[in-house]
Amino acid sequence: MKRFAFALAVAALVPAAQAVEFTQVQAEKSAVTFVYKQMGVAVDGKFKKFSSQLNFDPAKPTAAKASFDVDLGSVDTGAPEGDQEVAGKPWFNTKAFPTARFVSGSVKALGGNKYEVAGQLSIKGKTQDVVVPATFTTQGNTGVFDGSFTIRRADFAIGEGAWAKFDIVANDVVIKFRITASPK
Amino acid sequence: MSQHYTSTAKALHWLMAILLFGLLALGFYMHDLPLSPDKLKLYSWHKWAGVSAFLLVFIRLIWRFTHRPPALPESMPKIMQLAAHAGHLALYGLMIAIPLSGWLMSSAKGFQTVWFGLLPIPDLLDKNKELGDLLATVHQSLNLLFIAVLVGHIGAALKHHFIDKDDILTRMLPRHSKENQA
Repeated sequence: MKRFAFALAVAALVPAAQAVEFTQVQAEKSAVTFVYKQMGVAVDGKFKKFSSQLNFDPAKPTAAKASFDVDLGSVDTGAPEGDQEVAGKPWFNTKAFPTARFVSGSVKALGGNKYEVAGQLSIKGKTQDVVVPATFTTQGNTGVFDGSFTIRRADFAIGEGAWAKFDIVANDVVIKFRITASPK
Repeated sequence: MSQHYTSTAKALHWLMAILLFGLLALGFYMHDLPLSPDKLKLYSWHKWAGVSAFLLVFIRLIWRFTHRPPALPESMPKIMQLAAHAGHLALYGLMIAIPLSGWLMSSAKGFQTVWFGLLPIPDLLDKNKELGDLLATVHQSLNLLFIAVLVGHIGAALKHHFIDKDDILTRMLPRHSKENQA
């Protein structure tokens, strides 16, 4: 009995002694935004709905796994007619492809709080390999991932037809994210 | 006292007239277009021209304050002279207020103005959807008011020319200056 109590005490202490694994994404403290250039002028927008699965232990970063689903219909371009437009066929075609998905592959620790996540990004039925640099900082009990990477919208056929040229809306789109997660 | 406007004042007046008619026409036309690359292009052009008009009105004001315009005919009743001054004051006020409302609207809507795609005009307001919509209404209302004052301005000039048969209209025309300078 004594031994069992001791085991319980150790079990209770262990999580504090071990590095914690961040798995619970806090949607309200997370964000996915984007910046693109319209006739040379930076314009930003965001996605209001997304979900994420995460397993990240700072002690074992290479074992980390992350996946991200963005509801493309929740886009906020800053103008209602813009929101309607990008949901349509030439852009996201949200009826056929409602979600953009990122799935992590390998994770590299670059030293300090910097990491590099290689993974696959799928939008509008097209999948591309992407490398996403991210930083990880702890704030109290929660961990915050910040990062940004650039995609080319043409790689995913985002903006077809009249929008296919890059003179008005540039090809490069910077995706920025902040994921706040707490341990289990 | 000189009976005609300086060539510079005339040039500024007519340059502004061309710019403002273009801006008004473009503004009403582009507003109802469905979203397309051309619409975005026209919006940028409208904003560039609007910034130009905003600068031009200050150049005009500097010229106006340093060069006295010709006096109104003494035959004009005092009340009409007052109306003419009030009308010009309204035109200048709106020539400042309208581009300013457009600038603020662009800031609030999150679409910064970059003059001719080169010179970024600072955003005076943070992105704010409600404020952006309000400023759009303000911009539109001011323009409707501007059209009303313009109708009065042009109507008055034509009345002076065809009914009063004075030189109020001709003294703003380019040819008039040559005759006087000759």
